[in-house]
Amino acid sequence: MSPRTLIDRVFDAFTRRLDGPLMVTLVVLAALSLAVVYSASGQSVDRTLGQARNFAVGLLVLWVAASIPPQQLMRLAIPVYIAGLALLISVALFGEIRNGARRWLNLGFITIQPSEILKIGVPLLLAWYFHRKEEGLNLRDYALAGLILALPTALIVRQPDLGTAVLIFSCGFFVIFLAGLSWKLLISGGIALLAALPFAWSMLHDYQRTRILTLIDPTTDPLGAGYHIIQSTIAIGSGGIFGKGWLNGSQSQLDFIPERSTDFILAVFGEEFGLVGLLLLLTLYMIIIGRGLMIAMNAPTTFSRLLGGAITMTFFTYAFVNIGMVTGILPVVGVPLPLVSYGGTAILSMFMGFGILMSISMHKRLVST
Amino acid sequence: MVGTAIKNREAELSTFRNRVLVAGLIILAAFVALVSRMVYLQVIKRDYFHTLAEANRISVVPVVPNRGIITDRNGVVLAANYSAYTLRVTPSKVKNLDAAFDALAGIVDIQPRDRRRFKRLLEDSKSFESLPLRNRLSDEEIARFAVNRFRFPGFEISAGLFRNYPFGEVASHAIGYINRINATDLKRIEANNLATNYKGTDHIGTFGIEKSYETELHGTTGSEQVEIDSGGRAIRSLAKSASIAGNNLTLTIDIKLQQIASEAFGDFRGGLVAIDPNNGEVLALISRPGFDPNLFVDGIDPLNWDLLNNSPDKPLLNRALQSAYPPGSTIKPFLALAALESGKRTPAQSIRDPGFFALPNVARRWSDDRPGGHGVVDMHKSIVESCDTYYYQLASETDIDKTAEFLTLLGFGSKTGIDIDGEKEGIVPSRAWKAKQFARGSADERKWNLGESISTGIGQGQNNFTPMQLAHAIATIANDGVAFRPHLVRDVVGAGTGETRKVAQASSASYATRLALKAENIAVIKQALVGVTTEPGGTGVRAFSKAGYVSGGKTGTTQLYNLKGEKYLESKVAKNLRDHSWYIAFAPADKPVIAVAVLAENAGFGATTSAPIARTVMDYYLLGKTPEPKKTLAAVNEPKNAD
Repeated sequence: MSPRTLIDRVFDAFTRRLDGPLMVTLVVLAALSLAVVYSASGQSVDRTLGQARNFAVGLLVLWVAASIPPQQLMRLAIPVYIAGLALLISVALFGEIRNGARRWLNLGFITIQPSEILKIGVPLLLAWYFHRKEEGLNLRDYALAGLILALPTALIVRQPDLGTAVLIFSCGFFVIFLAGLSWKLLISGGIALLAALPFAWSMLHDYQRTRILTLIDPTTDPLGAGYHIIQSTIAIGSGGIFGKGWLNGSQSQLDFIPERSTDFILAVFGEEFGLVGLLLLLTLYMIIIGRGLMIAMNAPTTFSRLLGGAITMTFFTYAFVNIGMVTGILPVVGVPLPLVSYGGTAILSMFMGFGILMSISMHKRLVST
Repeated sequence: MVGTAIKNREAELSTFRNRVLVAGLIILAAFVALVSRMVYLQVIKRDYFHTLAEANRISVVPVVPNRGIITDRNGVVLAANYSAYTLRVTPSKVKNLDAAFDALAGIVDIQPRDRRRFKRLLEDSKSFESLPLRNRLSDEEIARFAVNRFRFPGFEISAGLFRNYPFGEVASHAIGYINRINATDLKRIEANNLATNYKGTDHIGTFGIEKSYETELHGTTGSEQVEIDSGGRAIRSLAKSASIAGNNLTLTIDIKLQQIASEAFGDFRGGLVAIDPNNGEVLALISRPGFDPNLFVDGIDPLNWDLLNNSPDKPLLNRALQSAYPPGSTIKPFLALAALESGKRTPAQSIRDPGFFALPNVARRWSDDRPGGHGVVDMHKSIVESCDTYYYQLASETDIDKTAEFLTLLGFGSKTGIDIDGEKEGIVPSRAWKAKQFARGSADERKWNLGESISTGIGQGQNNFTPMQLAHAIATIANDGVAFRPHLVRDVVGAGTGETRKVAQASSASYATRLALKAENIAVIKQALVGVTTEPGGTGVRAFSKAGYVSGGKTGTTQLYNLKGEKYLESKVAKNLRDHSWYIAFAPADKPVIAVAVLAENAGFGATTSAPIARTVMDYYLLGKTPEPKKTLAAVNEPKNAD
């Protein structure tokens, strides 16, 4: 065996299970992320290397997830969901309180945030559930699906963690929507939701209400809750069409943007790279979403279709909620900018999702029906 | 069975594809919304947000100019700036101020006085402003605080320029002091459109020269554009327009002379003004007791303020020009000159002095200063021996309004125009003055009567002059009738340029006035004044024996206590009712270079207290003689720790 073919084989072993277009886009985004994190962290090499490490671990997770055939994932659906739910209940009973929210569970050797597990657990179980119901779906089936979704969402809202609750609810909802929930039900459900809004408002915590009120008029509280939005819109707006240049954003470099390397990193990006940079970012996101939906449509089983579709739609939700929040058209909820914000957890769960998508994409030929 | 399964699958697949299509459209719509928002922010509103971002980033910081330095006529520094470290406290950041101050013990020395002053500052300031607690920290204190800084949130050490008056109370009334700007000052600053120039300035002149020359001393505030981060910390300087330091002032005062004159008073209260008659330069301006102006520089503490303000000795009162006294016999040479000018008397015209003066058909007798009288007295002798009867008679023959007119010409009854605030006009009595003074009284009370004229003739009664006015008047006589407006500041020196501007020349017409007086009349008076110190029987002979120069002078004694015929015995009269002692003088007689007026409160005869003080002053000024050392004069150049 010549060295040439050895390299080819090793490369092949790595890439056989990876989706080309998706992979290229992810790598471009990761490179972009490193550049912005370096700028947003006040040119901290440590933080940038930390983010590089996050991506490295993420790639490993992606590769592992891509190696697991969808059929095996199906087997994990119930245990993952049950375990996640159990941990959520434990959090509610004896979780740790940090910053006024009960989100963390101390297991002695590690402190975990069980809501993260449900991000994959909920769509997994719902996809599995609809896959099993191949016969026509009736109202009772949707009601049960709704329960699967509502239980963890309610627990997470109570923590309180509105951002995660919104994400978990939407990815579960996407599964139900893609499974074919009738428009009649969808619309009447929507009306019911609107009707429940006043009730939901009364259930919200004060800080959550402030965030929503501040969104409507940030200037009412310029030094408090409105500060984030005011400073981030100033940063983005002042960036103009071409931006102020990398490392040259005054809002970013002089620390006017709160949480500038995590949730509000888009403001740094928008200030330094301008509209041109933001359009590039949106294009990359569109490629990922488009590719994800294509994979879902070509998937051989109901389970993989629904799971692939939900993962893609969840990714879109992340992007939309974060960009909407930083540009000031959505309330401030703690959602990172996917694949750009500094932070290991989000990158890992996202790469796991992309791994599953690739698994679905690569295993369609292997499944013969 | 298989058929339905396939059909179901196809139906399901088409449902799924439809749903993905719908989702795709929603995603597209969402992205269009995001792009529109971005275009709105970055294209349409770009300029607006650009302005906001710049406003965030750039802060304009005032660059406070250095205050001008004040020196005496020989360049000795009287008010200077020194840089020192101050411990400042931001009250809003400290939970319990007293506990924090207690905790500072052993780190920085906080005196009860510092606490009192801090409390006072706290009352009229906002709690988020940082206020000085202790000035002039020692190196050890700074080091100790640096180590313990973490224990004292809200406390910080800052460097700054401070005002120091090295001579303390010696010239306090002339130089004055600066104080922290208070609400009243702020209003005045804003009313004068000076708010921009006082940005960043903490202090303003509130007394003396520091006040009246505030515009010269303050300088022009510059500004610096600084890039700041969100915490307000300066990152780098973007642009700077330098401040222009305040102008320096060179005074007319000779601080050594001032010091000697001040000490010559001993424990007496009083005032002294020494003027160069040739140009109106004030060589010494003294008010005793003085006060330490350094106490005021960073806000005086309430206890010291009460001590100064409520002291029966009134140390804050500038006796040299804020206080008017009956002139006693020092008025005599001026009234004699008036008589010569009006033709009422010739120098040779003489009277017989029986020891009293009486009016026809009036029972009252005005007794002379000497029982038995001075014998035959002409004008010269009347001044040399200070004969009262001569002036009783002169006054009885002179219309009070004519007298008032002449005294006004010499500057009495109006401000001399010296360049510091607070000058009193004093009183030159006349019919009009009395009618106004007793406007609410009966017609009888408003009417001037002859008896008052007679008292006025020897400087008792209604006339009230300031030591400043008497110095000014005797200087005018010494200078043969050319009056100069007295002034304390000789030159304004540009701090950066060194360009010197003479204050007196700036408007010389208003500085020098030739009075319509006949030279030969003035000569008669001057000769008589010289006789006071040189001729046997002269009231100043003893004080000026073996002086080494010839001077002219006149004693005066202001009676505060009506003796009603008893003999005045100093020891029997309560201290605060004892006579005020006056002396006015000029020297050398042929070409005067110094004119002096001395008032010592409750000090008895002019000849015994004030004349020796005047001699001490002139001895130093003319001969460089310093008085017998009672106390050493050294070590005044060291800044005193006044705060």
